[in-house]
Amino acid sequence: MAGSILGNRVLRKEDPKFLTTGGVYVDDLRDEPLLVGAVHATFVRSTVAHANITSIDVSEALTMPGVVAIYTAQDLGLQPVEASFNPMAKRTLLASGKVRYVGEPLAIVLTELANQGEDAAERVIVDYDALEILIDVEQAMTSSTLIYEEVGSNVVFESTAIGMPDNTGDALFADCEVVVKGRFVNQRVAPCPLEVRGAAAAWDNGRLVQWLSTQHAQGARDAILKVNALEAGQVRVITPDVGGGFGAKIDAYPEDLLLGRIAKQVGKPVRWTETRSESMVALGHGRGQIQYITIGGTRTGKVTAYQLHALQDSGAWVDIGAILAPYMTRPMASGVYDIPVIEVRTTSVATNTTPMVAYRGAGRPEATAAIERAMDLFALKLGKDPAEVRRINLIPKFLEPFTTSIGQTYDVGDFEGALDKVLEASNYAQLRKDQAARRASGNTKQLGIGISVYVEITAGNSKGEFGKVEILPNGRAIVYTGTSPHGQGHVTAWSMLASDETGIAMDMIDVVWGDTDLVPTGGGTMGSRSLQQGGAAVHQASKELVEQARKHAARLLEANEDDVVFDKFTAAFHVAGTPAVAKTWADISSALATDGGLVQESNFVSNGATFPFGAHVSVVEVDTETGKVTLIRHVACDDAGRVINPLILDGQIHGGIGQGAAQALLEEVRYDTDGNPITSNFADYAFISAAELPSFEVIHMETPTPRNPLGAKGIGESGTIGSTPAVQSAVIDALTHLGVRHIDMPATPERVWSAIQSAN
Amino acid sequence: MKVSITVNGTRQEKDVEPRTLLVHFLRDRLQLTGTNIGCDTSSCGACTIHLDGEAVKSCTMLAAQADGGKVTTIEGLSKDGVMHPMQQAFMENHGLQCGYCTPGMVMASIGLLKENPNPTEEEVRLGLEGNLCRCTGYHNIVKSVLAAAKK
Repeated sequence: MAGSILGNRVLRKEDPKFLTTGGVYVDDLRDEPLLVGAVHATFVRSTVAHANITSIDVSEALTMPGVVAIYTAQDLGLQPVEASFNPMAKRTLLASGKVRYVGEPLAIVLTELANQGEDAAERVIVDYDALEILIDVEQAMTSSTLIYEEVGSNVVFESTAIGMPDNTGDALFADCEVVVKGRFVNQRVAPCPLEVRGAAAAWDNGRLVQWLSTQHAQGARDAILKVNALEAGQVRVITPDVGGGFGAKIDAYPEDLLLGRIAKQVGKPVRWTETRSESMVALGHGRGQIQYITIGGTRTGKVTAYQLHALQDSGAWVDIGAILAPYMTRPMASGVYDIPVIEVRTTSVATNTTPMVAYRGAGRPEATAAIERAMDLFALKLGKDPAEVRRINLIPKFLEPFTTSIGQTYDVGDFEGALDKVLEASNYAQLRKDQAARRASGNTKQLGIGISVYVEITAGNSKGEFGKVEILPNGRAIVYTGTSPHGQGHVTAWSMLASDETGIAMDMIDVVWGDTDLVPTGGGTMGSRSLQQGGAAVHQASKELVEQARKHAARLLEANEDDVVFDKFTAAFHVAGTPAVAKTWADISSALATDGGLVQESNFVSNGATFPFGAHVSVVEVDTETGKVTLIRHVACDDAGRVINPLILDGQIHGGIGQGAAQALLEEVRYDTDGNPITSNFADYAFISAAELPSFEVIHMETPTPRNPLGAKGIGESGTIGSTPAVQSAVIDALTHLGVRHIDMPATPERVWSAIQSAN
Repeated sequence: MKVSITVNGTRQEKDVEPRTLLVHFLRDRLQLTGTNIGCDTSSCGACTIHLDGEAVKSCTMLAAQADGGKVTTIEGLSKDGVMHPMQQAFMENHGLQCGYCTPGMVMASIGLLKENPNPTEEEVRLGLEGNLCRCTGYHNIVKSVLAAAKK
């Protein structure tokens, strides 16, 4: 596309602000007139994992300095609300009757100053009557103690109960020459956006205005309307800068939902910012699957059958984390492979732990990890190279839709192409030679090489996305989008898309999002959907704007519309052959100033989900004496279709790899047997740092999708999906000659050392 | 108690509670909200500032301990509208995404180069171990610091 800005490495327009004054996050809103005189909210949280509440005594806390009010569920008359994905499960937004996990909000303390809240909250005395604590999913499945008694079981969502076929057991593998079984733990991790949750609420002439750190303002607005029984138009949600979300800030939390109500009750604006220690137990967690797999095939390496039973830890609520297994893991179970028979059952189980939500990849990393580990075990059993066994089973390159045996249709794919690229770039053959040499010499630093080939699903929701472009009389453009960036660079990328169609300079374009008065409809940013849906909507609105403006220009030029041409280079309309007499965007907008202005709204609906894919090779060094793993190389080839800005694309891939490697090597949310979180701050949770990662080697590949006019697929989650199993497999690969077959994530020194010891 | 701290070139005299952390003094008393708080265990480095030319985590010390000192925050780095070379390097190398760790990361990186003007990649990675980022996988942060060292 000669002359187009698209595809260029354009520096981000967002950056000068972040680099010179810092962003304006919700806790930075100091000059907001509506928040003058705000009181500060602090939540009293359960310190036990499962218990009946016998009493909540706030009398002493009320005497603490600065306390304005304290509210419990009873004080507010809170009624039970149904879980989105299992209406039998009900809870009140502040716990009443019983608590179900450490960190569950119980009461809200309002103080004049922020630092008075914690002191006062500590004086709220809660008496509990202990119940059996269920932390382990498999224990919870069979326990007679029920976390939600009305559900009748701790199984809160079951794939067979919604009509998906059950697994048939070992019968599926009767014809297989080789069968391997495995049990993999895809552990619970914490999303850890650097900015914790926060919000501020104020009433303005009967309307609730709420600032919220969120990925989806419109969704939060609807939830706040519903919980407060308000009418449409009575709530405005405004999204300030958001310091990361990673899926955990998609849905509004009880704290978010209560803030407006509290502000009304107390008659003052209310501000709330949690601490990191609170965030680690009250912001949702991700992953948390136990996977039972069986894989079978021929001695020559063809996989003919695969079966997965995923036990999804739902935590103490039936949030979106409960349904990712059936709706995301299951359809993607086949991965990049042509496997004739696949069976998947998923069972989601409530436990006395922090509720599970979406976390970068949300169900797809789990699918990929399961099939990739299974493929490795199968290759190992056959004594074949894992790259070769993968090649035998890959779905051949397809440019027409391909449907796997589990029933998922992929758009386009060239999985072998990605594998070839990554094997070549990593110099795979040489790596294997280096590995053999270290093994032969008995080196205590063994080399491990992990391969992962993946495909994932993005933007499956086809309800559409909102985009609007408005031209001001001074010629500046304002782009309105229903997506909601929190690090993804939409201001830059959406400006590029608008500039490419309208010819308006990048620095003459502003982007607006996340304010439900200015952008009433929108799907937010999640699931790698933004560019392919929100970006496509901006692209469509920009194109339609040019056509609309052409009509106005013709009128102003007193010419026939068909004779008017648009010159992108000068960003002006003129009659063909007479460029000297032209109408600029400013001219046209000015002419329409009293006539509604120059505005184009669009709703973009894609032709269906897209399927980014790729291949990763990871290289680790494992110290066989200590179990310490060092990630020394990570080579990634990710195909996200057409690339709009390679700078931003690479950034998304890097971040994804970092988080994937973190899960493979370091991070895990852990509880003791009493349900106490033991990783509830950044000193105890092994958040990955720069010192534990290498620079990444990123290889580009572009297979455009036909499902949107941009040809773009998602890239936000690919890096995580591809990297996690590659890094994990690399660790195991370093030790297979010692008899090690599997090590669950995270591959901590202790686990690796123990695996070596038990293999000996 | 009374403290007198020169912040970004301006002398600030304020009465503070003795327990006031320097980061709260900057954010709540001076409204310098560019410096962020990301944790409560001095682990994340989002609050890194310069005290008398040295990078420190402003959540790890009291405002009283900075009495008489000179503090620079992210807001004080640019001179006459021109970004500091480290800020420029972060921009040119896409060393930031959501921006939350960025002020602390930039301040820590400047501190790192002051101590070691020509670091290797490994030295940059070890030097930034106390500054956490969830978005970038650190790749472009490290690249930014190495690029700034060459300027």
